[in-house]
Amino acid sequence: MDNIIRIDDLVFEYKREDQLEPVHAINHVSLEIERGSFTAIIGKNGSGKSTLAKNINALLLPSSGAVYVKGFNTADEARLWDIRQAAGMVFQNPDNQLVSTIVEDDVAFGPENLGIDPGEIRKRVDDSLYSVNMYEERKKAPHLLSGGQKQRIAIAGVIAMRPECIILDEPTAMLDPHGRYEVMEIIRKLHQEGITILLITHFMEEAAEADRVIIMDEGRVVLDGTPVEVFGHAEEIKALSLDVPFAVDLADRLRRRGIKIPENIISTEEMVEYIACRFK
Amino acid sequence: MQIQVKNLTHIYSEGMPYESVALTDVSFEIDKGEFVGIIGHTGSGKSTLIQHLNGLLKPKSGSIIIDGVDITGKDVKMRDIRRKIGLVFQYPEYQLFEETVHKDVAFGPLNLGMTQEEADERVTEAIGLVGLDYREIADRSPFELSGGQKRRVAIAGVIAMRPEILILDEPTAGLDPKAHKDILQMIERIHKVQQNSIILVSHNMGDIARLADRVLVMDRGKLALTGTPAEVFRETDLLESLGLGLPPPAHLMRELQRRGVPVSGDILTIEAAEEALYRILKNGKL
Repeated sequence: MDNIIRIDDLVFEYKREDQLEPVHAINHVSLEIERGSFTAIIGKNGSGKSTLAKNINALLLPSSGAVYVKGFNTADEARLWDIRQAAGMVFQNPDNQLVSTIVEDDVAFGPENLGIDPGEIRKRVDDSLYSVNMYEERKKAPHLLSGGQKQRIAIAGVIAMRPECIILDEPTAMLDPHGRYEVMEIIRKLHQEGITILLITHFMEEAAEADRVIIMDEGRVVLDGTPVEVFGHAEEIKALSLDVPFAVDLADRLRRRGIKIPENIISTEEMVEYIACRFK
Repeated sequence: MQIQVKNLTHIYSEGMPYESVALTDVSFEIDKGEFVGIIGHTGSGKSTLIQHLNGLLKPKSGSIIIDGVDITGKDVKMRDIRRKIGLVFQYPEYQLFEETVHKDVAFGPLNLGMTQEEADERVTEAIGLVGLDYREIADRSPFELSGGQKRRVAIAGVIAMRPEILILDEPTAGLDPKAHKDILQMIERIHKVQQNSIILVSHNMGDIARLADRVLVMDRGKLALTGTPAEVFRETDLLESLGLGLPPPAHLMRELQRRGVPVSGDILTIEAAEEALYRILKNGKL
């Protein structure tokens, strides 16, 4: 297996003023992320998801253990820019990520910092804006755009760095249903183009679209597998104060009343298909 | 009738190049104690509408009559309106500012002219109502709390004024599933204890279907549709054309109907969906 990210026994701890013992935000996590895969990470607030993400692109460094991106150890300062270029990050609040007053300038910010040739920057900016369907808005001011549009600009800024992996930390949390749909469509497309996706989300329907779902709780990985495998543990997931997708919940309720529903049904579309077939 | 909105029209930046009509001829009524949900696409006028209801915005034309008083009138005291109508903005935790939770929640009541004793009593009550432990939290800084706790403190600051009408704009946006559930339960509890009217703006159709007595659907500054959740979510084609979804159970039933499966359309909760599917699937039980 070709892994773009390898996490070896990662521990991340920090001191809190009112406590003597350090808090273990990440508590001995080992993971490998396959190149080109789409992984969703879920867990309640404070479970360590965001801390894990920040350890991947060296915004935070391990207290012990190690994180490797493309084989580079994140603790190796000489490789910092290689790591950040390879693994780009998109955050929750679109307003905190845009730095420029014109969309295309904002997208150019990253490549300009890398000292890339202006002609190449122009091409990268245009390509990135096309790929998030925002080329038409390239001359606009970001504050006049919708939340979903701003978030797509933030993604374009990351794509312009030509990353191999994009880590998105709750990119749809502040968006309305339409904005969420727009952003998920772009994430799907980037995945199809071969970019490795790590999506941190509270929306179980989004997680169900990934190849792999990781559930974190109290700094540890508690479940890890395909969406079908992970959402098969509905009781455990609910005990962690998390939700399961609507179709999983419904199938579970019906099974408890003796109705047989295949275990691999995790989306509404699959549920419709299954029931409709039984009625043919 | 507690609230009567008549022919409300609002124009932003009138006479300027950016002039835009935000509300056009909106009329509706809300009864005392009702739980009303407002849904609509971003930019449909939901937030503009609720900002009129507590006097933050003045209409271009039309009237807003609350308990018999037209609050668009010139001699209306803003303090009287704000005492009656509490508005919780989106991400209200950004508005926390005091050194302690107690002081932050007490700010509104003191501003209304209450004595310190009265205000303290209101603070204790409000913090309990939002599901926090007063003794544990009162003297802490609001800034060291978790996201869900901060939001509850911010909401406590509004309900400490015991508003007869409580308006909440997307109170669960950005929260994790547990905090989301907690906030909704909290709203139901406040509604029950304070017996107030609630106006809830939300993008979550499932929440609206479960909680609201009545739903207002906004579209491009107009009131496109109003009715009970069952009536509104039956209008699937209209909702779709407005870019709005259905609650997940209603969406499932609608798709099944399209595929010729004999199920009822008026199903809004997971319990009802379970019942309906159990009935049609039990004969084929293996």
